[in-house]
Amino acid sequence: MIRLSVNGKSVEQAVEPRMTLADFLRETLDLTGTHLGCEHGVCGACTVLVDGRSVRGCLMYAVQADGAAVVTVEGLAELCPMNGPAVKRGETGLSVLQASFRQHHALQCGFCTPGLLTTAHALLEETPDPTPDQVRHAISGNLCRCTGYIPIVEAILDAARRLREGSAA
Amino acid sequence: MNAPAAEPALHTVADGGPQVGRALPRTEDARFLTGRATFVDDVKRPGQLHAVVVRSPHAHARILGIDASRALALPGVIAVYTWTDIAAIAQPIPIRLAPLAGFERYLQYPLAKDRVRHVGEPVALVVADDRYVAEDALDLVDVEYDTEPAVSDVHQAEAGGTLVHPDTGSNIAARYTVARGDPAGGFARAPYRRRETFRCHRQAALPMETRGLLAEFDPGARVLRIWGAAKVTFFNRRWLAQVFSMEESAVELIELDVGGSFGVRGELYPEDFLVPFAALALGRPVKWIEDRREHLLATNHSREIECTLEIACEADGRFIGLRGRVLADLGAYVRTNGGVVPAKAAQFMPGPYRMPDCEFEVLALITNKTPVGTYRGPGRYEANFFRERLIDMAAADLGIDPAAIRRLNLITADEMPFACGQLCPYEPAIELDTGDYPMAFERALAEIGYDDLPRSGAVAADGRLLGVGLACFVESSGAGPSETGRIRARADGGIDLFTACSASGQGHETVMAQIVADVLDLPVEAFTLHHGSTTLVEFGYGTYHSRAVVVGGSALHVAGEKLVAQVRAWCAQRHGIEPSMIDYRAGRFLRRADPPDAGHAPVPLQPGTLAEIAALAAAGDASAAAAIEAVALFEVKKRTYTYGTHVAQVAVDPETAEVEVLRFLAIEDIGRAVNPLLVHGQAVGAAVQGIGATFLDELVYDDTGQLVTGTLADYLVATATGFPNVDVITLEAHRSKLNPLGVKGAGEGGIVATGAALGNAVAAALAGLGVKITDLPLSPERLARAMREARGKTAAN
Repeated sequence: MIRLSVNGKSVEQAVEPRMTLADFLRETLDLTGTHLGCEHGVCGACTVLVDGRSVRGCLMYAVQADGAAVVTVEGLAELCPMNGPAVKRGETGLSVLQASFRQHHALQCGFCTPGLLTTAHALLEETPDPTPDQVRHAISGNLCRCTGYIPIVEAILDAARRLREGSAA
Repeated sequence: MNAPAAEPALHTVADGGPQVGRALPRTEDARFLTGRATFVDDVKRPGQLHAVVVRSPHAHARILGIDASRALALPGVIAVYTWTDIAAIAQPIPIRLAPLAGFERYLQYPLAKDRVRHVGEPVALVVADDRYVAEDALDLVDVEYDTEPAVSDVHQAEAGGTLVHPDTGSNIAARYTVARGDPAGGFARAPYRRRETFRCHRQAALPMETRGLLAEFDPGARVLRIWGAAKVTFFNRRWLAQVFSMEESAVELIELDVGGSFGVRGELYPEDFLVPFAALALGRPVKWIEDRREHLLATNHSREIECTLEIACEADGRFIGLRGRVLADLGAYVRTNGGVVPAKAAQFMPGPYRMPDCEFEVLALITNKTPVGTYRGPGRYEANFFRERLIDMAAADLGIDPAAIRRLNLITADEMPFACGQLCPYEPAIELDTGDYPMAFERALAEIGYDDLPRSGAVAADGRLLGVGLACFVESSGAGPSETGRIRARADGGIDLFTACSASGQGHETVMAQIVADVLDLPVEAFTLHHGSTTLVEFGYGTYHSRAVVVGGSALHVAGEKLVAQVRAWCAQRHGIEPSMIDYRAGRFLRRADPPDAGHAPVPLQPGTLAEIAALAAAGDASAAAAIEAVALFEVKKRTYTYGTHVAQVAVDPETAEVEVLRFLAIEDIGRAVNPLLVHGQAVGAAVQGIGATFLDELVYDDTGQLVTGTLADYLVATATGFPNVDVITLEAHRSKLNPLGVKGAGEGGIVATGAALGNAVAAALAGLGVKITDLPLSPERLARAMREARGKTAAN
């Protein structure tokens, strides 16, 4: 039996010891926004936030998340403190970062997107004013085959700028 | 604190101008950004089982026996299927495209019968009630193999000492020669000739979502539903219906959100038979999700070609011709894409130049490797590398600048349409439709500041060797034969669009709405594109060859015009006025003043809006129902050709052989960009994919036919830190005259000349060392070896 918080809700569940956190989220909790692209820790599609840090959901067992606070892409718009005014922007229900991805066309097929968003959220929580190089390094463990990364970097930098302006206002 | 910068414009429709041409953010984005998209593994059906595929660990072996008893004894395992279980109905995977004579001898059955021919070939299917259990059972299926020597390259294949398909007597699946002009005469009289052998490496397209399928037979409706379809759903449905002896209408292929394709996903693979087979046999839903290792072993590979190519020129650098021999490694079986890869390499070998006398011999060879299919710019990436590399060698020999020799030979606007002859045996002669190739080339040179860039032999302040490389290309798009568009007005004012063009991230829901928005004079928000099922239109050919907007978009455009005409006629009849007296604006039909008089505004008819008439239809008015739905078939007789130039500037570390791409510019004229934001995304994404592939991606086999690069730790692709300096420019200079939108495809021009431009740039940087670049990839290891060898030679002299 593990007890943890997932997207702000407390969860208590019996899990098999060998079940990965990603499978637990997807299969047991039906949070299918977390994607599996390689199941060996390279592609980054399964990245989720565990106690605020970005973690590969495929490389961690669910039992290791006992007692942790887990945030998945489904919870990003509502839960991350840095979202601030973005959530209130209403109709889209997107966080500043999510809206910036849309404006910069930083997603095409969208499969890698949840992992990139969680990774970028973790970066911006720690580093609110990143350089382009810092952004590139932060997401260098997330593979995207569609965009060439360039619009993703622009989207993250632009979101960082808006968030700084938002918090200064 | 800085002043807040302006928000990037989120275009709206309030200003009423045309929608085509606007950089609209995508309507589909929100579901992907919030984790609410539905990819195939996100679908769960009650009582679903999980399938895993037992795959050959050997490149070449006879199967002596399969014993599944240990697997079947494992609690939770439901069934294990082998060849004997499917033999009664199994048919070989069909050839969808490029059926070259001889290919019929090299087809693959969904499960191996008595011989496996590549590592990863399906041998059995295990079905269990849980994926973890199914994977446990994989190791419990005992297959006894007797291994045989493997054929691991094209030369071994051509020599034929070991046969991959012994009963055929040969590893040459197809062999043909195509020509135009007078190659014998042209080469005989040429004052300059040069011949080189080039190689392009085997690559994976590597979409981020692996393949997956979920099949379920609905006994009430007597319908077999298969979720996870992509690319060519109607072709696959037809084949599956025939194999399972069902009516086509009793098989529904459902396309969900698709995590990338780049050509490899959605083709008919063995699993496309096996998963529904198991679902039908067991009467329960069966899901199969490919893992990444399986993906690298079992999803189509592409690109591997060796080409000996000879160019003939006048002394002043004018091209006379090209001739050569294309050896393509097709892998162990001919599958759905037939001979597209080698055939297109040969057809596109002359490129965007006047090249009168050409002759190419093409050999499609069978080896003990994963079968080959199409990957973004199939054959073009390879051919552009071979030709552009050879052109630079010729230019150096003749003492001509690489830009000057291209300028001399590019096809000009007044030569359009340009007849290319028949260089592909299964297609008619082709002609390049529109374009001004020198214009795009000069634009690229100007943008990159070519005249001021350090040339071959320049050394940077940090000691790195600098080089610039040019590559020009022509690229086909918009393949036929046709596409169907269907439009239906809804009573709530919305408009439903239906297409058979499946999507895999391109943004069809947005661009198709933009196209029809202009026809119906309505905001894009009014439209909903339905592309998720084979039940939506009668038939369609799907999404490949950058054809969805060109052909599918044109079909919807024509359907939109037809809808307006139909409803105008309906209004004329209903209101007793001439159709010519009815105007249409923004979903509303109006009676024109008669005689036309500035004082009288047109009068809205009632009922006279699409929504009102759709409401009548919903209430049972048959004539209204017929009026508010339009179907159009758009047929394509000729393809439309984009063109452009890629320029690369690189710095090569003389010690480590590491290459930095200082700048990369890709320019392409696509006629008309329906959505410049999305076109830009296609071009940048394709360019980075191709740049990464040129340096990193390589499927390496050892001489026993084992894939050495079977994980993402070994098979490397571009990451965010690798190639930040990529620019693309989309030109809308010469529209296509072959479709009502004037569009050409936008999906592949960004990738097709990446290897060529980078090959030329690295060659220029290393020319001073005496390094000759003829092979891809340009990996540090290969370059370092080439540099060592060149230095060794210099020292020895």
